[in-house]
Amino acid sequence: MTHIGVLALQGDFAEHIGIFQRLGIAAREVRHPQELADLDGLVIPGGESTTVTRLISEFALLEPLRERAQDGFPLWGTCAGMIVLAQRADELAWPTLSALAITVRRNAFGRQVDSFETDLTVPALGQQPFHAVFIRAPIVEEVGDGVEVLAKLEDGKAVAVRQANALATAFHPELTEDHRFHRYFVDMVRAHKDGKA
Amino acid sequence: MAVEKEPVLSPSKGSYTVKKGLAQMLKGGVIMDVVTPEHARIAEEAGACAVMALERVPADIRAAGGVARMADPTVIAAIMEAVSIPVMAKCRIGHFAEAQVLEALGVDFIDESEVLTPADEAHHIDKWPFKVPFVCGCRDLGEALRRIGEGAAMIRTKGEAGTGNIVEAVRHMRAVMDGIRRLHSLPKDELMAEAKALAAPYELVKEVHETGRLPVVNFAAGGVATPADAALMMQLGAEGVFVGSGIFKADDPEVRARAIVKAVTNYNDPQIVAQVSRGLGEAMRGLDIRTLSEEELLASRGW
Repeated sequence: MTHIGVLALQGDFAEHIGIFQRLGIAAREVRHPQELADLDGLVIPGGESTTVTRLISEFALLEPLRERAQDGFPLWGTCAGMIVLAQRADELAWPTLSALAITVRRNAFGRQVDSFETDLTVPALGQQPFHAVFIRAPIVEEVGDGVEVLAKLEDGKAVAVRQANALATAFHPELTEDHRFHRYFVDMVRAHKDGKA
Repeated sequence: MAVEKEPVLSPSKGSYTVKKGLAQMLKGGVIMDVVTPEHARIAEEAGACAVMALERVPADIRAAGGVARMADPTVIAAIMEAVSIPVMAKCRIGHFAEAQVLEALGVDFIDESEVLTPADEAHHIDKWPFKVPFVCGCRDLGEALRRIGEGAAMIRTKGEAGTGNIVEAVRHMRAVMDGIRRLHSLPKDELMAEAKALAAPYELVKEVHETGRLPVVNFAAGGVATPADAALMMQLGAEGVFVGSGIFKADDPEVRARAIVKAVTNYNDPQIVAQVSRGLGEAMRGLDIRTLSEEELLASRGW
């Protein structure tokens, strides 16, 4: 049995949990360090990155999450979650997890009136384009060694990246009916679990 | 020739999905009323997921009387400049020109609000043509569905703003949730009559019947003053909380703001709500709504 947690400090965690449940995966809300104990992977959902990073520090989740990230514990961040996983993010008062060797720029596309939907080519998910919803989204500005770019916008900006067991998307697969990214993460989690067993 | 669905090549902005989507990102969070860039920074620092840029908080609007209008664009722009979280602003009910101004300023969300003096006593704004999302107040399910039918991407209770008294927000949230439960349990052949009774669009009535939930995010607003008020509203079904006068009319706004943020995240954990409720200083004084005259009530504005 695979157990996936969704960080439930703020944001659209319920949407992620709903999709995992439809995929037959046990998923539950995580707010405190002790709730990480028997998890096989964790999703950091969309939300406000300042709010979420503040609450991660405040509820003593920063160190346990950083330790797990270093041990190769599977993590996936969507939008604000990408910022949380990044090594560096501009003008963010609270620390991030540094699970991915990327530098991100917050609100990179402008304000809400510039939020958009578009189709992306994601070779790791097959030929069918992935319909992506970007909401006040960040962008990956710099990619370090060992980071694989899974999807780019037409202008070449990276919007989905993976490094070992850390996955990040600047958009929100939890807001669409295409669950391929969720399945992709479940596969990552299972591969990691089988490797350990 | 067979018509194939072409991939969307150029990005499409302002769709209902991205408008509703921003509200989904605000869930589990606290949206705070602010009147200066300094307030906005305090709110952001405390963990607010968005701020509402105003010239006066509702308690002061109530005290000042006269016609309450959209805030001065200078105030809104200065607040937008000060923080990186989403900035909302209020326009008068039915005043689509104020809404156009707010959209042109680049605010992230517009609250078509009963706290300001209504500009139209028959019609709310047609919110569909706007790229910017709207949040609207409601007292019951019918009112919520009428606003969603006009294009609102988010709903909140009206409560009774500027009173620091939670009683009306509770009444409105219970009415909405009861309405949803009732609709969900009705047989399908009674939905048209129910749509008529609710004065709500049939398609939305059908959707709530099928899904058992509102099609957009629903927050609590109007009277939240303490962490326990916020936890109460979350347990009654709110997906997040607006705090208007409750923070910056209290003794120690920073501490209270942080406490309410933590209470919303942990609304089901009384230990944490108890812990954050300690030593907050005086809450805003508040008003007994029964002492207000009919004309002083804000919640009855809107149709």
